[in-house]
Amino acid sequence: MGETPSPAHGFPGRLLVFEGLDGSGKSTQASLLGKWLSAQGYRVFATEWNSSELVSSVIRRGKKKGLLTPTTFSLLHATDFADRFERRILPPLRAGYLVVCDRYAYTAFVRDAARGCDPDWVRTIYSFAPRPDLIFYFRVSVGTTLKRKLASRQKINYYEAGMDLGLADDVEESYEKFQTRLKREYERIATTDRFTLIDSSRSVEQIQAELRAHIRPILENFPTGAALTHDG
Amino acid sequence: MTARTYGTRPPGMPEGPLRGRLIVVEGADGSGRSTEVTLLKERLEVEGHAVIDTGLRRSDLVSGEIDRAKQGHTLGATTMALLYAVDFADQLENKILPALAAGSTVLADRYIYTLMARAVVRGASRAYAQELYAFALRPDRVLFLDARPEILLHRSIAKYGSLDYWESGMDLCLSRDLFESFFLYQERLSGEFAWMRQQYGFEVVDGNRAPEQVHEEVLRHVMPLYDGRPHAPRRPASRAASA
Repeated sequence: MGETPSPAHGFPGRLLVFEGLDGSGKSTQASLLGKWLSAQGYRVFATEWNSSELVSSVIRRGKKKGLLTPTTFSLLHATDFADRFERRILPPLRAGYLVVCDRYAYTAFVRDAARGCDPDWVRTIYSFAPRPDLIFYFRVSVGTTLKRKLASRQKINYYEAGMDLGLADDVEESYEKFQTRLKREYERIATTDRFTLIDSSRSVEQIQAELRAHIRPILENFPTGAALTHDG
Repeated sequence: MTARTYGTRPPGMPEGPLRGRLIVVEGADGSGRSTEVTLLKERLEVEGHAVIDTGLRRSDLVSGEIDRAKQGHTLGATTMALLYAVDFADQLENKILPALAAGSTVLADRYIYTLMARAVVRGASRAYAQELYAFALRPDRVLFLDARPEILLHRSIAKYGSLDYWESGMDLCLSRDLFESFFLYQERLSGEFAWMRQQYGFEVVDGNRAPEQVHEEVLRHVMPLYDGRPHAPRRPASRAASA
């Protein structure tokens, strides 16, 4: 059974990462791509990095007492990511799955940098997370994400708006400023981290077609689920 | 001035000089660490110094999560190491730094070294452990109480009536036998402390002796911190009179 180890991380599976600001359309696209891959018989494992119960309960407590700092905030999210990585990403990767991650360590790199943490330190903390095979970065204007956020009628939460940084008293204004910082960080690392840029101003169908084209080379000779579970 | 931390400077760390002193007492469970911390705190207070004591797993932020994780044994090695780092960072920023800035002495019953040793024996690289705690403040003194494993064993049994699951490193599956696991685990930990002695400038104190003897030696290392150092506070009148 020909399982070629990934040139990026050496595991038999493949790691596909979706990064971008909130409201950049990455989650929709990750989900559609996962469906398409499954329909073709590949073994797909999809995971997203949203706040877990661990992180959200600690954040609630920390916020109430005003205890969270950029360093504890960063380490807390690293703990959460490590838990997800050790339990939900690494096993399927070793078992030869296509692992689709809605957000990965890059989210932490940009968020922690926007809060003033030393970027080299943050990278070392996440050094247990291997380089993905593909990183799709959904480029979007901050104005668009804010419009989408407001239209969705979801409440903008305190940390998502970077309110802890004291950028503005008004939540929407703070959100816009903080997202601008995040975008600047994404753009800063886009080349060195070899992001595949996706222009998210196009239609869902156009973007999906482009993603499928990008992923084809990775699927060459990659075994389907049937080939993994039985011979012949 | 040399760097105040071991590497990176956490955002928001105060710029001004820290007037207080950070004294760390390190050593295995049963090395006499906690007894010495109690004696030292008492002595420093008698001398007129304000002392704040701190230790591991005392932050309000995540100590509950750590306790739960230990009961369930469900977290991986990296996750556990990071969770301890959150706890440490919280105490550093919300307790240790403010106390030092106010001129108090902070007496730490264990510090990053125990956390690093535990992380490394559970599979982290030394480089990872060092970098993880690169934001930690360099203490003014690190006293390492060194005691033989047999002595640790007897003190541990005298104290708990048995051996502790975690202090025996049972989660590492070195042996299913608690007694044997305790020795294997303590041996590995002391291997990690061995390289840190040099790297982090530990003052090694022979912890095999009685508490009073240990205390006397500790005082010889600690008291010079309060004599005419540039960041020393004004001497209390009582002390000047007796000197």
